[in-house]
Amino acid sequence: MRTLKILLQKEFRQIFRNKIILGITMVMPVMQFIILPLAANFEIKNINLVVVDHDHSVDSRKLLSDITSSGYFRLIDYDNTFDEAYKYIERDKADVILEIPADFERNLVREGSQKIFIAFNAINGTKAGLGASYLGTIASNYNKNILIGLMPSIKNENKAGIDVVPLDWFNPQRNYKLSLIPGILGMLVTLVGGFLTALNIVKEKEIGTIEQINVSPIRKKDFILAKLIPFWILATVIFTIGLILSYFLYHIVPRGNLLILYAFVAVYLLAILGFGLLVSTYCDTQQQAMFIMFFFMLIFILLGGLFTPIESMPLWARAITKLNPVAYFINVIRMVMLKGSSFKDILPELGAVSIMAVVLNVWAGLNYKKKM
Amino acid sequence: MPEVVIQTENLTKRFGDFTAVDEITFEVFKGEIFGFLGANGAGKTTAMRMLTGLSNPTSGKATVAGFDVYKQPENIKKNIGYMSQKFSLYEDLTVMENLQFFGGIYGLSDNQIKQNSEALIQELSLQNQAKKLVADLPLGWKQKLAFSVAIFHNPKIVFLDEPTGGVDPSARRQVWDLIYAAADKGITVFVTTHYMDEAEYCNRISIMVDGKIAALDAPGNLKKQFSTHSMDDVFYQLARGATRNE
Repeated sequence: MRTLKILLQKEFRQIFRNKIILGITMVMPVMQFIILPLAANFEIKNINLVVVDHDHSVDSRKLLSDITSSGYFRLIDYDNTFDEAYKYIERDKADVILEIPADFERNLVREGSQKIFIAFNAINGTKAGLGASYLGTIASNYNKNILIGLMPSIKNENKAGIDVVPLDWFNPQRNYKLSLIPGILGMLVTLVGGFLTALNIVKEKEIGTIEQINVSPIRKKDFILAKLIPFWILATVIFTIGLILSYFLYHIVPRGNLLILYAFVAVYLLAILGFGLLVSTYCDTQQQAMFIMFFFMLIFILLGGLFTPIESMPLWARAITKLNPVAYFINVIRMVMLKGSSFKDILPELGAVSIMAVVLNVWAGLNYKKKM
Repeated sequence: MPEVVIQTENLTKRFGDFTAVDEITFEVFKGEIFGFLGANGAGKTTAMRMLTGLSNPTSGKATVAGFDVYKQPENIKKNIGYMSQKFSLYEDLTVMENLQFFGGIYGLSDNQIKQNSEALIQELSLQNQAKKLVADLPLGWKQKLAFSVAIFHNPKIVFLDEPTGGVDPSARRQVWDLIYAAADKGITVFVTTHYMDEAEYCNRISIMVDGKIAALDAPGNLKKQFSTHSMDDVFYQLARGATRNE
């Protein structure tokens, strides 16, 4: 116990003396929380639109005014032929071309239906996809109004067909910040816990002090614990700062029990710290450790379900996410913060992360040798 | 017969095909300063690492402070001090914090640490530096401090791997004064060096060539044996036969 206390005292002295690292670990969450949710907006605005209107009718103009007044589109030009409009796409000045055929109004009135043509610049896939669905929605609303205008009688009749009314549970305003912030929390905690642990131990190898430790009677267990505990505490502090910031900046109040949240974070951190420890046992220089950690962190975060839903990944990628601690973290944080999930609800995730924590730490412990 | 504190018998270390240390057999007695000489790559550091429990021998026997290097490395570690070739105090801790740390991990009580550090700081006249970061000390001071830390817990044996590498002559002299003082207190000193004048300070020296011990005796006897007046000459005569490239 006394050895552990002395080791911890030394670690904390070193951490608090390294003002740059400490500063960055404190400034990082603040910056990420202020900048990311505002900049990394999942709503697409300013979709550049070029219109080719062959009809020039009242109805076509009405459709256009519906589209431009939606706020999502910016009308770049109004052309006479598709080829002229296509030049904008070629020069990357436009994202969408909307072509309204010559008989738009007539067909609409006579036959009750009319096709419009939409062409997308799919280089930015997200923008194209979302733009298409916005346009679709605007056009279908427009349709309904036309129908009602043409045949007022159907207003009172039971319309045939199914009307889907979406109701977004747990995040009724579909506030993307609500789903982004748990992800940022996960990234922060993972970065601080994983990177700092790995680098700290490898640094001792690099400067040679680990040899002085290895010739001493310090037990492996004490040395490892003394390396894990400080970063476990530091990462928990950063998680707390993150929660406080998300409350003050974005008014996000966790719906679930904070204790459940912290219990999960505690176990999750053990897994991440164990991972950092494991990497450090295989590396001799901080550079190696940095690159290996970076390699895994990128995969963990990109396949963590923060930016793209895991459910829409191909099967093999979903299999990988079963081994991805970050995916469990983001999932649980969202469940507890947005849905108010109970302890029982997160048990499968907690179990998976516990197994990871045990496996990674045991593996790292076996691989850490006082002998060369 | 003086007490034997280090004893090896055909101690060998191989890395693949390469035999770094080849069946060395020797004894070190309590309280002596034992010089461990050899050209770069002769196997000195590897031999020392086996004796300090940092590396497992491939074959042969060795006991240090009465404990077996295979079975009781942790017991050995409680009884030895070690100063590596690379400076290995924590540069981002102060002099006092380093003493507290290294004293603490060898199980000294807070009181002992306090008393020992006060005495040590007095002895090294580090009063004005005690609260400074080790990184800010000149190299000569660092080496003196590193040696003092290695014997801070009053071990039976201290292993020094080139303790005066890169240090100016006056600081070297001071480090050796400290080594003598430690030997007077009964600490056995096992030291590697490249400086032949330092070899003369040792009670006995061994010279390693290509992983084997080529000579082992008191410096005076070795000079007689090789009929020369300087240790430099003894070393040249032996090292010339080396086939191992650096």
